[in-house]
Amino acid sequence: MELPTLWFGLIAFFWTTYFVLEGFDFGVGVLARLLGRDEKERGTLLSTIGPFWDGNEVWLVVAGGAMFAAFPGWYASLTSTYYLPLVLILVALIVRGVALEFRGKRDDARWRRRCDLAVAVGSAIPPLAWGIALSGAARGLPLDDRGEYAGGFGELLHPYALLGGIALLALCLLHGAVFLRLRTTGELRARAGRMVRLLGAPTAVLGAGFLVWTGVQDRSAGLIGLVAAAGLAVGLLVRRDGWAFVGSTLAVGLTVVAIFVSAFPALIPSTLDRAYDLTVTGAASPAYGLRILTWAAACFVPLVLAYQGWSYWVFRKRVVG
Amino acid sequence: MDVVDLARWQFGITTIYHFLFVPLSIGLSAIVAGLQTAWLVTKAERYLALTKFFGKVLIINFAVGIVTGLVQEFQFGMNWSAYSRFVGDVFGVPLAIEGLLAFFLESTFLGLWIFGWDRLPKWLHLVCIWLVAIGTQISAYVILTVNAWMQHPVGYRINPGNGRVELTDFGAMLTNPTAIEAGLHTAAACFLTGGALVAGVAFWQLARPGTPDVARIAFRTAAKVGSAVVLVAALGVVISGDSMMKLMTRLQPMKVAAAEGLFNTEQPAGFSLLTIGTADGRSELWSIKLPELLSFLATGKFTGKVEGINQLQQQYVATFGPGDYIPNVPVAYWSFRLMIGAGMLAAFLALVGLLLLRRPALLRHRWVPWIALAVPFLPLLANSAGWLFTEGGRQPWIAYGLFKTVDGVSPGTSALDVAISLGVFTLLYGGLAVLEFGLLRRAVRVLPSVGGSGAAGGGGDGDGRGEGGPPDGGAAGRDPVDGDDLERPLTFTY
Ligand code: HDD
Ligand code: HEM
Ligand code: HEM
Repeated sequence: MELPTLWFGLIAFFWTTYFVLEGFDFGVGVLARLLGRDEKERGTLLSTIGPFWDGNEVWLVVAGGAMFAAFPGWYASLTSTYYLPLVLILVALIVRGVALEFRGKRDDARWRRRCDLAVAVGSAIPPLAWGIALSGAARGLPLDDRGEYAGGFGELLHPYALLGGIALLALCLLHGAVFLRLRTTGELRARAGRMVRLLGAPTAVLGAGFLVWTGVQDRSAGLIGLVAAAGLAVGLLVRRDGWAFVGSTLAVGLTVVAIFVSAFPALIPSTLDRAYDLTVTGAASPAYGLRILTWAAACFVPLVLAYQGWSYWVFRKRVVG
Repeated sequence: MDVVDLARWQFGITTIYHFLFVPLSIGLSAIVAGLQTAWLVTKAERYLALTKFFGKVLIINFAVGIVTGLVQEFQFGMNWSAYSRFVGDVFGVPLAIEGLLAFFLESTFLGLWIFGWDRLPKWLHLVCIWLVAIGTQISAYVILTVNAWMQHPVGYRINPGNGRVELTDFGAMLTNPTAIEAGLHTAAACFLTGGALVAGVAFWQLARPGTPDVARIAFRTAAKVGSAVVLVAALGVVISGDSMMKLMTRLQPMKVAAAEGLFNTEQPAGFSLLTIGTADGRSELWSIKLPELLSFLATGKFTGKVEGINQLQQQYVATFGPGDYIPNVPVAYWSFRLMIGAGMLAAFLALVGLLLLRRPALLRHRWVPWIALAVPFLPLLANSAGWLFTEGGRQPWIAYGLFKTVDGVSPGTSALDVAISLGVFTLLYGGLAVLEFGLLRRAVRVLPSVGGSGAAGGGGDGDGRGEGGPPDGGAAGRDPVDGDDLERPLTFTY
């Protein structure tokens, strides 16, 4: 395989891993406030993601860095086009991260309630906004010959992009509910189970709708979407917590893969003139840099997966409230 | 203000802000790792108490360092898309490697360290904090190679086809002399920052009346450790700063001239104690100078020639074409002095503190707690000033000699967009600073009790409660009101 294509695949992999991992901690962040009746229960729910959320977030950092390195034009166009949405995402991530870490540092019910609210809002915004940005960019943007955005703010909110954002948010919520069912016991686990059932129908409709629309635009993305939908069905219907989590992982992950595949071999198609498309071959960095990146990824990605996997294993026990 | 000014303000504010927390994380993680090692080796309880005490500070600080780093990652593209397209190949490679190699290490093992007190064997738990400390050092060096490339581009070529830079020699980039010097200088500055926090807090605890005697034993140790780190680091900062100055004279003579307010070439040149220039920053009105000292600092010889701003401007016009190549002279001049002054004052106070430890009576003077509390802020000031100098003195270049700052800004982003984000980030960061400061103030009040006496509560206002209860299983049901004690793991119920 050629290096640019390999790196397109790796970047899609980083984003996918990001949404699979941070997806459930976004979900938990929102649901903790809905499922926890008091401050102590919420604390228990949030502590299911305590040791992990920061490590999960680094997948975003790596995804961004890899885009910057392998396809500078992609990184530059995406981030400068979605300037204000990105500001919103960053603010949300900041507020949420700080609230998670600071919540337990004061013994004060009002402080904790505020932190819970901040975690919930800060966890809901990023999947929504990233979903809008990634699916909107994959569908196509009015880019000029320099790769600069030549449209207005309204065009960023195309119905397909909006649906992508809402679907991704719904999937993350479901993923979080399934994760909570897997990591808690007793009454909290029962409530998480009820939440899975409650979220089931709307998520299925939104997710399937988005995947069908994606499939209409690109056949191979549609095929991936079918597997994602199957995963969603498993996540909703299977009673075993572990398998349900595998199912929701597939649903979230493959939805993201489908978004990336739907544009390929373009990175961002231009709606002004297909000659201005940012493409995998056209936007790629020269081979020397990509070779170094490839070596670095070959050495470190397996290592990272191994020790992150180990940290999940260390904290594998269910959390008792 | 136009887009460029706004974007520069935003970059400056967000980066300086990030760098308030980063040096503390870098310095403190190594010190905490050292304290924990001392505990495992000596089995002395006071080291465990100190590990947990400063560990709590580290965690609070790390959180802010991490979230502000996210902004850094994306604002290159958001605000400087033209520049990002130009340098992506050179910049992206280290940034991606930094994430893969360093950030994963830090974040994963910090999680394991925070939540793993009762879950991992003691030695493995210690390895976790050391890996965090190593990760912070790696991330610092990698990011500095990027910054050093902007100061002194190496290992690249310009692609004649599209006019962009291409990496040709990654090894050269990693061993860029500017990166090595800045790496050493920054590492020393980070230890100075971490040491100053430990020393400042410890002296404050020793000097104020409320601290119980058992805790004093631990804080005496911390005061010595912190002051020693400060003094050694200060020596490192001076030595590396001196060689940076000499490198800078060769590579960026304009920055040296600006730092000294040296308007015309002199041989030998005196070191300015105070220079007052005209309002436009173009010529000198009045100055006091130490003869020949600048020649020595810049070149290593008391008789060396140091070029002045006006002569350099002419040379640059001849090389790069017409334009203004003079950075903001007053900013460079004063930030350079503030960096040295604030850092050296911290070192001086640490030395005084060490001497005071032998005279406990003097420690009781009512000014001591206030001075002790000021100590941790001095290196923060020095760091910010140092970066303001380094980055501001590079202007008008964003990549020295290659690319101007004004050409780097995102063409499609409006001044309104940037004004909004600048306002949002500034407000948010201001709010965060208040919160973090408040939490740190609470955190440094209470020492986990030493020797099980439980007498270490500071003021008994319940600070530090509500922690405890490991995340999974175990003793999560324990009464949260039983105060801090050593048996309790340093975990935090969310
Ligand atoms: C505690 C902090 C601290 C202290 C006490 C000092 N510095 Fe510093 N200095 C920094 C923290 C710092 C910094 C913030 O870390 C910088 C910014 C860029 C860099 O690499 O380090 C820096 C940059 C910096 C530069 C700019 C290099 C460039 O633009 O390429 C020079 C020449 C010096 N320093 C020299 C000194 C000297 C001669 C010092 C003392 C005698 C000194 N510094 C004390
Ligand atoms: C302007 C360029 C910079 C960028 C793009 C950047 C990026 C980042 C990012 C994305 C994170 C978050 C990582 C996580 O989630 O765990 C971070 C944290 C960190 N950064 Fe920066 N950073 C910059 C400047 C610096 C500098 C100059 C240093 C050190 C000299 C530094 C050292 C660190 C460290 C040690 C952390 C870990 C968190 C902490 O210690 O508080 N960064 N940075
Ligand atoms: C990878 C490392 C870094 C990169 C790529 C970088 C890049 C930039 C850019 C693009 C600007 C805006 C243009 C300008 O005004 O100069 C800038 C300015 C600035 N940067 Fe850096 N920077 C890096 C590291 C840092 C660090 C670690 C700090 C300090 C904490 C810092 C402090 C500043 C400041 C204060 C300015 C404003 C200077 C001025 O406008 O006068 N930078 N830098």
